[in-house]
Amino acid sequence: MTAKDVTDASFDADVLKNDKPVIVDFWAEWCGPCRMLSPILDDIAQEHAGKVEVVKLNVDDNPSTAAQYGITSIPAVYVFKDGKVAATSIGAKPKQVIEQEFAEFLS
Amino acid sequence: MSTETTQTVRDVIIVGSGPAGYTAAVYTARANLKPLLIASSVEAGGELMNTTDVENFPGFPGGIMGPDLMDQFQKQAERFGTEILFEDVTALELEGPIKRVTLGNGETFEAKAVIISTGSAYRELGLEDEKRLAGHGVSWCATCDGFFFKGQDIAVIGGGDSAMEEALFLTKFAESVTVVHRRDSLRASKIMQDRALAHEKIKFRWNSEVVGVDGMDKVTGLRLRDTVDGTESTLAVTGVFVAIGNDPRVSLVKDQLELTPEGTIAVDGRSSRTSIPGVFAAGDVIDPTYRQAITASGSGCVAAIDVEHYLADASDLPERVAEAAAV
Repeated sequence: MTAKDVTDASFDADVLKNDKPVIVDFWAEWCGPCRMLSPILDDIAQEHAGKVEVVKLNVDDNPSTAAQYGITSIPAVYVFKDGKVAATSIGAKPKQVIEQEFAEFLS
Repeated sequence: MSTETTQTVRDVIIVGSGPAGYTAAVYTARANLKPLLIASSVEAGGELMNTTDVENFPGFPGGIMGPDLMDQFQKQAERFGTEILFEDVTALELEGPIKRVTLGNGETFEAKAVIISTGSAYRELGLEDEKRLAGHGVSWCATCDGFFFKGQDIAVIGGGDSAMEEALFLTKFAESVTVVHRRDSLRASKIMQDRALAHEKIKFRWNSEVVGVDGMDKVTGLRLRDTVDGTESTLAVTGVFVAIGNDPRVSLVKDQLELTPEGTIAVDGRSSRTSIPGVFAAGDVIDPTYRQAITASGSGCVAAIDVEHYLADASDLPERVAEAAAV
């Protein structure tokens, strides 16, 4: 299972109104570190499927959501819970580090 | 003789996948040493993965994009049988005839020789506001983040080649780019200096050091101090790209290997031999001075040949390996 794509249009329903915590990966084609991080988030999506949902938002195609959350560095990984930002992690980091940073949402 | 070891002891493990690591892999693979290269999960390919056009790597007269160059390095290493793992090394045990490498996923590997080519990491300004505003205007990756500063006034800190490259790249997006540099002249190569100095969107603040980054939730400006007369001033910018140099990545080895006063791994003369027999180092992690893709590559070649000699010369090694395996 890979993380599904969300858009400016679907962000409200897919992320903000989601019953589960949602990990959002803000990324773009031209960002090298984003490409390195992407498979790691797919892994996390699969391994923690019951606890958390993982989605990806392409900032090139969906600039208004990225702007709304003041994203100026990617990859930026935000956890949303009950419609609010609950945690953030900036930059491409190893899987173990991300799991540690987001531990409370994964277990 | 015991056969209790669960896996074979390899000839050589290479840690790092920049030009040094991959060159060491090409050479050790062609020497039939069947290298295992631990490339890292998110930083595979190293520093060149975040650069654009590489114009000074010989053999590419038209230039080559950094990620494409690293892709070629990887393919060449694989062609001769290098085994590559996209995992992160979390621990190294370097003493003794058998070295042990532990990965983030818990796996361990053993080898008679290890090449450390972990490169360097970008340097931070060391300001309190810098951490707070990282990801909200403070950045270290122009190719990743330039997009977010379309039509805005931004700053690049630094005076070397990386700073000029970032400044020039950022002119594609920004309204203006101000290079903030502590001295009154640049360290960058002449060609990069000339391009930056001639660019209509690039301005310079000489003799200026950054003493603060302003902004509550996002960057609104920089506080600068004149390095000559000490006066303070501000610069209104919404983005700050830090390119003030790199530090060698030695956290895995600093308690085991001798380091130089500059913080790089100490090696014996022109060789790659570190303070522990069987442990070799190559690339930016041993180089406080040149730090080019081509010098790192050459350094990786040196390490590979040193490993070959070490394995050939260590005539008593098989017995020591057997002893260690029997424990």
